[in-house]
Amino acid sequence: MIALSDYLILGAVLFGISLAGIFLNRKNILILLMCIELMLLAVNINFVAFSRFMDDIGGQVFVFFILTVAAAEAAIGLALLVVLFRNKGSINVADLNEMKG
Amino acid sequence: MTMEMPNLVPVLPEIVVLAMTCLILVVDLFLRDDQRDVTYLLTQATLVVAFALTWALGDDQVRLTLFGSVVNDPLSDVLKLFIYLLTFMTFVFARPYMKERGLHTGEYYVLGLLGVLGMMVMVSSYSMLLMYLGLELLSLSLYALVSLNRDSTRCSEAAMKYLVLGAVASGMLLYGMSLIYGLTGSLNVIEISHAIVRDGADLPMVVAVAFVVVGLAFKLGAVPFHMWLPDVYEGAPTAITAYLSAAPKLAGFALFVRLLAEGLGPVTAEWQQMLMVLAVLSLFLGNVVAIAQTSFKRMLAYSTISHIGFVLLGLLAGTNDGYSAALFYVVAYALMSLGGFATILYLARRGTEAESLDDLRGLNDRNPFAAFTVLILMFSMAGIPFTLGFWAKLAVLRALVQVDFVWLAVFAVVMSVIGAFYYLRVLKMVYFDKPVETAPLARGLDFRLVFGANGLAILGLGLYPAGLVALCAGAINV
Repeated sequence: MIALSDYLILGAVLFGISLAGIFLNRKNILILLMCIELMLLAVNINFVAFSRFMDDIGGQVFVFFILTVAAAEAAIGLALLVVLFRNKGSINVADLNEMKG
Repeated sequence: MTMEMPNLVPVLPEIVVLAMTCLILVVDLFLRDDQRDVTYLLTQATLVVAFALTWALGDDQVRLTLFGSVVNDPLSDVLKLFIYLLTFMTFVFARPYMKERGLHTGEYYVLGLLGVLGMMVMVSSYSMLLMYLGLELLSLSLYALVSLNRDSTRCSEAAMKYLVLGAVASGMLLYGMSLIYGLTGSLNVIEISHAIVRDGADLPMVVAVAFVVVGLAFKLGAVPFHMWLPDVYEGAPTAITAYLSAAPKLAGFALFVRLLAEGLGPVTAEWQQMLMVLAVLSLFLGNVVAIAQTSFKRMLAYSTISHIGFVLLGLLAGTNDGYSAALFYVVAYALMSLGGFATILYLARRGTEAESLDDLRGLNDRNPFAAFTVLILMFSMAGIPFTLGFWAKLAVLRALVQVDFVWLAVFAVVMSVIGAFYYLRVLKMVYFDKPVETAPLARGLDFRLVFGANGLAILGLGLYPAGLVALCAGAINV
């Protein structure tokens, strides 16, 4: 039997990986978007695990909404990526430097 | 199993705004470019109707509906009324600017209304699910709005930064929410509060609170989670900066009250410490870095950060006085900030953004009316006595002293004095410098009326603040 803590550790590890990916990644915006997705999925694991072990349906409902919002967010993110590439000719994180100070 | 039909009357304004947004989206398809004003009028009519509905339905009762996940109380009514009002004014200011830049599209109004809907959901949510959905509806609309000018490198860069950091903030907030859900077994604000009182709070709860606070601080732009704010304010078209600087702050304030004060009220001592750090850093960095700016837009962005610091000070007092002071402050801030960005919109022309501080030089020679409004705005932002900003700061400081945070109050006063420098420097440019540009300011009557009303409101509320103070005190009942 897999315990609740195992799921929570998995969620925390995935969340940590996604955070590290966002703040250490200095190359590609596409990877940033993938890390954001991973972050939301890590949260989903938490919610589903809690929901299952507490026998409360609320957490699983929340997960459906998170999945939907994540899809919308990815759509906007990818659209922005296309716009950015058309304007700048690059999707390098280091090139996002027009405004400073 | 039978299901009881929930009472839909308290959410009538939300239903109207949603229905009208869908209608406007369809109507806009059939309009030619020169008929876009129809979309504008429909949008403004929607806001007026929503205002009237919220006004008519508003009383001092607390009503829960939709299975306890939506609340309709004086706080939600007051915040919603201000959200409609500020958005209405923003659209008036935005129309000529957007027309000159070829951005006067239906999308602008539809996204603006969807953002309003998101804010309405945020201010009356009593369940973490609705808080999240409202927040995302607002955020996703804002990402799209910021990148509305899709040929501009600056806009798309600002939007991308906003999206990535906003999504990280949502992730943090959600992770905190998932832990709270696991620890208390509920998504409902009241049940969370009861569960914490019943079971007590230990280390995991502190971790959950920390994640929630970080997520909310990111959304409001408190230091050290402010990295996106100056870039987004500067990069976005000014009309959109005006939109995102005013009303969404009210909704962000509502989330703090609903989630931290009402849901996590039993662990006030934990989040008080965290807000203290955020507030001190925001006041310091916002005021000091603003001095170094040459762009008016960027200066207002840093000034926003320092005002957010003040709002957090009111919240961290953790008393009803503190919350109502913070509400008063956030309303005052929204009016002043909207006025500040409206000034830039007033000065802007086809081909000139007028974002730099130099563009304000000699404004008094060009247009005494605009110059005088800037005078009121800057005095109020700096907190010169007997202006709106002064009463707001005073209310926050009083709430702080009541709970024995005297050192915080002293620190806030010192930072406000430093802040006064850059506000007064703007006035020196407006009144004592020679104009660089001499072209007259050309804006329609509606723009000038609303701009004057904005300045008058700040002046009037500064002279007679009692009404707004009473309104804010009556709205808070945690």
